[in-house]
Amino acid sequence: MKGTTILLVEDTADDEYLVKRVFTKINLINNLFVVRDGAEALDYLFGTGAHANRDTTQMPAVVFLDLKLPKISGLEVLRRIRADERTKLLPVVILSSSQEEQDLIQSYSLGANSYVRKPVDFTEFTEAVQQLGFYWLLLNELPLPRRRE
Amino acid sequence: MSDTSETILLVEDNPSDVALTQRALQRASIASKLVVVEDGQEALDYLFGGGMHAGRDVSQLPALILLDLKMPKVDGLEVLRRIRANKHTRRLPVIILTSSKEEQDVAAAYDLGVNSYIRKQVDFVQFDTAMKLLGAYWQGLNEPPPKVRSQ
Repeated sequence: MKGTTILLVEDTADDEYLVKRVFTKINLINNLFVVRDGAEALDYLFGTGAHANRDTTQMPAVVFLDLKLPKISGLEVLRRIRADERTKLLPVVILSSSQEEQDLIQSYSLGANSYVRKPVDFTEFTEAVQQLGFYWLLLNELPLPRRRE
Repeated sequence: MSDTSETILLVEDNPSDVALTQRALQRASIASKLVVVEDGQEALDYLFGGGMHAGRDVSQLPALILLDLKMPKVDGLEVLRRIRANKHTRRLPVIILTSSKEEQDVAAAYDLGVNSYIRKQVDFVQFDTAMKLLGAYWQGLNEPPPKVRSQ
């Protein structure tokens, strides 16, 4: 099956704005949900805190996850996603400006599906976001959501 | 020393699917060298230097593996399992490229740590488009894991 929502976990307002702009242009803006720190990402996924009423049987098609985030870091969010039955198969793409090799190694070791360095150049960033959206929303296949026991 | 960092390993037993994939990658101007192996056993031999690939410099790993599921000898899920179980190959980007429509295959592949799962498009044009996006994403945009250094 194909998913419908992309969860973007991003605390930089400029980057959020750019992603929204591209998604509007390619008609996927209704498929984008943005949270601004690691704690809210977990609340969204597991239906806690501000997202206590969310239907958690509806999981996003993919999570675009920044690494340097307020409250809970991206790597910790990834660790908790992989540790929970409800989300362990969820595709996670690290979207980061980090140049540190250690971040790359740790992300893959924790089970990130992909790691994309945010291009600094505006045009390249726009193209990257387009490819990310098309690839994970339209091409990649997802496992069916797990039924509750 | 030859550099295989730009090599795509295609594991596919159906010759017409091999031809289709080769053509689509060429059309998409994916410059990577395509190495084709015909079943799961040969994929493992290639990666770990066994069988007919004994003596291959196994420190040279492909940048990307496109893996079919239904194959003779060793199936795709078992190949994936062994790739993830070996410290030299466990972080290699692996994409399942299959015509299987079985949901349990999709779940099993993610469970074993596949990077992405693509269903082969029956339509020619769609397949070309899919391969173009796949190539651009994994050979251009994605940052691969650093090479595991030989011990």
